[in-house]
Amino acid sequence: MAELMYREALNQALAEEMERDANVFLIGEEVGRYQGAFKVSQGLLDRFGSARIIDAPISELGFTGLGVGAAMVGLRPVVEMMTWNFAILAMDQIVNNAAKLRHMSGGQLRCPIVFRGPGGAGGRLSSQHSQALESTYAHFPGLKVVAPATPADAKGLLKSAIRDENPVIMIEGERLYALKGEVPEGEHIVPIGKADVKREGKDVSLITWSRMYYFCEEAAKQLEAEGISVEILDLRTLRPLDEEAILATVRKTNRAVVVEEGWPLAGVGAQVVDIIQSKGFDDLDAPVVRVTGLDVNMSYAANLENAIQPDAPKIVAAVKKVLYREGA
Amino acid sequence: MASKYSKDLLLTMYRKMYLMRRFEERAGQQYGLGKIAGFCHLYIGQEAVAAGVEEAIRPDDYMLSGYRDHAQPLARGSDAGMVMAELFGRTGGYSKGKGGSMHIFDIEHHFYGGYGIVGAQIGLAAGMAFASRYRNEDRITVCYFGDAAANQGIFHETLNMAVKWKLPVLYICENNRYGMGTAIARVAAVPEIHKRGEAYGMRHEAVDGMDVLKMYEAVKDAAAYIRAGNGPVLMEANTYRFRGHSMADPATYRTKQEVEDERKNDPIPRLKDYAIAQKLAKAEEFDAIEEEVKQQVDAAVKFADESPEPSLDELWKDTIVEEGEEDVRPRERVLGVKVTNWPKYPSGQELKVTWDLEPREQAEKADKAAGLKR
Ligand SMILES: Cc1ncc(C[n+]2csc(CCOP(=O)(O)OP(=O)(O)O)c2C)c(N)n1
Repeated sequence: MAELMYREALNQALAEEMERDANVFLIGEEVGRYQGAFKVSQGLLDRFGSARIIDAPISELGFTGLGVGAAMVGLRPVVEMMTWNFAILAMDQIVNNAAKLRHMSGGQLRCPIVFRGPGGAGGRLSSQHSQALESTYAHFPGLKVVAPATPADAKGLLKSAIRDENPVIMIEGERLYALKGEVPEGEHIVPIGKADVKREGKDVSLITWSRMYYFCEEAAKQLEAEGISVEILDLRTLRPLDEEAILATVRKTNRAVVVEEGWPLAGVGAQVVDIIQSKGFDDLDAPVVRVTGLDVNMSYAANLENAIQPDAPKIVAAVKKVLYREGA
Repeated sequence: MASKYSKDLLLTMYRKMYLMRRFEERAGQQYGLGKIAGFCHLYIGQEAVAAGVEEAIRPDDYMLSGYRDHAQPLARGSDAGMVMAELFGRTGGYSKGKGGSMHIFDIEHHFYGGYGIVGAQIGLAAGMAFASRYRNEDRITVCYFGDAAANQGIFHETLNMAVKWKLPVLYICENNRYGMGTAIARVAAVPEIHKRGEAYGMRHEAVDGMDVLKMYEAVKDAAAYIRAGNGPVLMEANTYRFRGHSMADPATYRTKQEVEDERKNDPIPRLKDYAIAQKLAKAEEFDAIEEEVKQQVDAAVKFADESPEPSLDELWKDTIVEEGEEDVRPRERVLGVKVTNWPKYPSGQELKVTWDLEPREQAEKADKAAGLKR
């Protein structure tokens, strides 16, 4: 199996799907001649031409609407958001149109479109460029939301997203693009809606997704050294949530910590806790603990930026709390 | 001088306008009876626009509108009973009662919806037109929107792209001079909406939207221009709504005199008078059309009234397309009519994308001129 960077895995998925289906096209700012703001679309303009790799003007609302309209009549657009921070300008088209077309038309229309781009905090960019927005999109019926942690999942989920008949939000890890991992060649599909146990353990479950997975791994290693066996469930898809997998891991370990990069209020993690307490309460030996970003806007100052985000020590502390160990 | 219009064309346009008028009057009445709820925006006064457009384009051209969307599908050939049932929130409606007044969709007749967010459909229309170019189809997309929608960001963002990429789309601004209670002149720096096309290098024109023949001529010309690959057109149809913004609006922001003056321009008698003066049709022929339409609309109300409310399990349908799920074909579902013209798109293998948004030679020339290496 080839070792690929996360961005290369996405590139491969895009190229393979465009090869497979001429209805697939990519539109976004700098996706063509600039080769992608984060180089996800590197080389695609030469391969597929300017009608399929489209350099859009800086008009997030406009080109998102264009994409949705194209999907309504059978094309399969992939709309690249330079980052999800700017997709906020396109919210109306994503939420009020893409997510609702099938419903409002009584099942006449479908909208097979992918909105994708980098999300997540960090990099000393301050408030407007540094935020994890997945819970915003996970809120809306009619959308599917995926957030892969590894290069292999990134490829497999993007392929699924492009083939899906529904609008799919794909939040990539801005800080994961250069990360390397084994990626199966060719037809590698990761189904939407299926979580993945990335690490088997028996004392506590860490439930997470995207970049936070790596902090969980770091925490798990430390905890393992102290004799605590940690299971990590990577949700991968945030809408629909894989309830079965969430309940199964809690059944196994009887303790859970939910780790989320975004803000606590109305976060996806809050929903995970609700699923556990309403359907898996009898399996719990301790209240579920959440580790989230702090409920503040992101700062530029290095120390503040670090303090705002979850990290391995915070996760370790949370695990000790659900295990009723020292320091909690 | 003999009229250059055929009797058939005039009578068809008359029938459509009369249907729209009659339908909307009955819808207003049913709203008063509590059968229709929510917002209900009537089209009364603006019928010449939809009728003129419809006869000037092809039935398989795409169309979208805003929330004032009952009448345009009727002009396309949608079933009046099913539109009325949608307004009633009943199973027999085009969207099974889930969309209501502001969201009429009839894909069989290529009517891609009414939208409740002012201006939102302007972006969608560009995407549909983009798809036509992408697939080398010569169909155009007609997009209706109001004068107030022209102040939305999406209008400007979309016009820019539509011109740059020569998208085959006809934007028709139905300028009825008001956005809800606000006269457009009070809030628009340039109230002649079509002039905004100038800033984008877009063909633009204003048309008397109270004259169905003028609409017909202008749209025929614009559609030919667009179909020939010249890019989009911005057309402003100057029209007037005789009623309030919606059924909830008594329209106290305009004077009685103004409305009375505008009513003198009513496009429906205007066409009838013209046809009779030109000796193209007799008064009795119009009487017969009116009688038929009245019965059609009565039947539509009856159909809507007798159609059941959706069952509660409908709540869980039509949000996500499940694996292998077919699209709903409303007339098949409701009337049992076999729908044969449901849109089919070429699959990936059959589709050849030959078109270039930014032709390579041009790009290379530009690079060279700038001293860049590609
Ligand atoms: C984004 C948005 N803002 C406000 C409204 C409320 N609203 C509905 S219709 C309307 C007036 C729009 O007028 P215009 O576009 O001229 O269309 P007309 O009603 O005249 O046909 C307003 C303000 C809305 N539906 N959507």
